[in-house]
Amino acid sequence: MANMKELTKGIFKENPVFIILLGMCPTLGVTTQVFNAIGMGAGVIFVLLGSNIFISLLRKVIPDSVRIPAYIVIIASFVTIVQMVLEAYVPALYAALGVYIPLIVVNCIILGRAEAFANKNTIVDSALDAIGMGIGFTLSLMLIAAIREVFGAGTITLLNLSETNRIVITLPGISKSPIRVFTLAPGALLVMGYLKAYFNWNSERKANKGGNV
Amino acid sequence: MSYIGILITYIFIQNFILVQFMGICPFIGVSKNSESAIGMGLAVTFVTTVASVVTYMVYHFLLVPFGLEYLETISFILVIAALVQLVEMVIRKMSPSLYKALGIFLPLITTNCAVLGIAILNVQNDYNLLESLFGGAAAGLGFTLAIVLMSNIREKLELIPVRKVFKGVPIAFISAGLMALAFMAFDSSLVTNLHLV
Repeated sequence: MANMKELTKGIFKENPVFIILLGMCPTLGVTTQVFNAIGMGAGVIFVLLGSNIFISLLRKVIPDSVRIPAYIVIIASFVTIVQMVLEAYVPALYAALGVYIPLIVVNCIILGRAEAFANKNTIVDSALDAIGMGIGFTLSLMLIAAIREVFGAGTITLLNLSETNRIVITLPGISKSPIRVFTLAPGALLVMGYLKAYFNWNSERKANKGGNV
Repeated sequence: MSYIGILITYIFIQNFILVQFMGICPFIGVSKNSESAIGMGLAVTFVTTVASVVTYMVYHFLLVPFGLEYLETISFILVIAALVQLVEMVIRKMSPSLYKALGIFLPLITTNCAVLGIAILNVQNDYNLLESLFGGAAAGLGFTLAIVLMSNIREKLELIPVRKVFKGVPIAFISAGLMALAFMAFDSSLVTNLHLV
């Protein structure tokens, strides 16, 4: 069960968004609807899993001096796969995420895990690390998106493929007079600031508790 | 859209950091003092401008004739990575003092969303060569404007008592949010009203 640690550390202890502060562009850019956050999270999990497995497989083959360009090519290939699959099968999501899909390439989380973990560890550990980090990223995005959508539009969009194929929970009261600024650009930065402050407060409280015992 | 229209759009209306969130990592990481913020801003502006021109050429003279548009992401990121290396070597040779000022920021720029972002947006908007050049320069200038303003705010924040949990990154995000609120005053109707479309 030692492997389980690789899986769970990405979700809370080393959460990529709130603790290590990586991958900020998509975190703030796509979190206007919960469904966009889920879509972006799924894309990142796929790319992270693919690149971590591949880099772990090739870790003894890739020469050290050209490792970063090699990693970037591997990551970009997986991102292109995601781009093509989304465009073909989920065009609504492809349109909603827009330029942020190709930008998964420069998401620091993916290159960061390749450099810090996958090139030193076995395939199984790397895959578990990728899934854990990916889930941690997705959950963080969903949290930000849920806050922004509930206050900014009074809805929670769980599925939005077309006019007929959608699941939207409308909250009574707030959906009549939402605080529109939450879904706009400033809302993303403000929500992120307050959430980061909350996580600081939380970890400080835990550290104090540990000190007393 | 006219060239001035492109400049106004990317510097104010669609500011890369405050509206599109591209390049947030260096924006939070390198905005602690104004000197390094200016250095980072200039380095990014330089790279976005050159990268816009080079990626335009790669796309229209290499990918389109062979029907390889789907390789856009891979080729652009490779071109940008190579370009950043090249720029670093040239600056080191030509102007050691500039290299000293920009040196530490240059390797960071490869993974800056703003550079790949403007390259892809240029293609999406169907810009010609000169429009791409202006787009790249404007994106970089918008980045510079936001990061320099932010560094001044953060230098002031050092002197003000801030609650411990808000110190550092959280207050930086909140200040950026308030700045973004101010930037919302620039609306796309500005370009239409000035007859720059």
